[in-house]
Amino acid sequence: MILGRVVGTVVTTISHTAFKNRRLLVVQPLGVEGEPPDADFIALDNTQAGIGDVVLVNREGNGARQVLNNPDAPVISVIVGLVDSVYLE
Amino acid sequence: MLLGRVMGTAVCTIKYPGTEGVKLLVVQPLNKTLEPVGGLQVAADVVRAGPGDLCVMVRSREAALAMPDIKFVPVDLALVGIVDELAVQPEGEFELVMRRGWNPYYGKGQP
Repeated sequence: MILGRVVGTVVTTISHTAFKNRRLLVVQPLGVEGEPPDADFIALDNTQAGIGDVVLVNREGNGARQVLNNPDAPVISVIVGLVDSVYLE
Repeated sequence: MLLGRVMGTAVCTIKYPGTEGVKLLVVQPLNKTLEPVGGLQVAADVVRAGPGDLCVMVRSREAALAMPDIKFVPVDLALVGIVDELAVQPEGEFELVMRRGWNPYYGKGQP
């Protein structure tokens, strides 16, 4: 799982049935100071996250299928948590 | 999952069993600001996209799961949605680095 910030929304009317009634959000992974950030990606929302929220994202297909309760969902990235705070040593 | 722009179509006469009838499109992967990332790739289409469409794509094993009937096929990139609207906040709007110590993130958009 990774930490990222929601920076955008994607609206699709024609999409795979596993995506119906769920929002797709653009997530930018958070990095540490002095290192280049990872590339952005699109994630399916499972937590009612919005733009500006820092979220916990599962980026692995089997976990995503468990979260969505659909063994055939073509989904890799799914937002599974809203982050309140992070502490780094 | 990532964005991509359909650049053209690819036609194969001989295909692996299970992939017959699946349309193949040549796509350019894009980032959130619609800048190209890497080279052109071929994706299987299940949403009937056409050239010029902006799409949501899925990679790896999950691409094969997007196929309509047979899920055990050699496909590693699939189009799963056609984008009608993409709204991305400008760079610099949000803090994207974590610092030492506490990083509170409660409250909309507050670092």
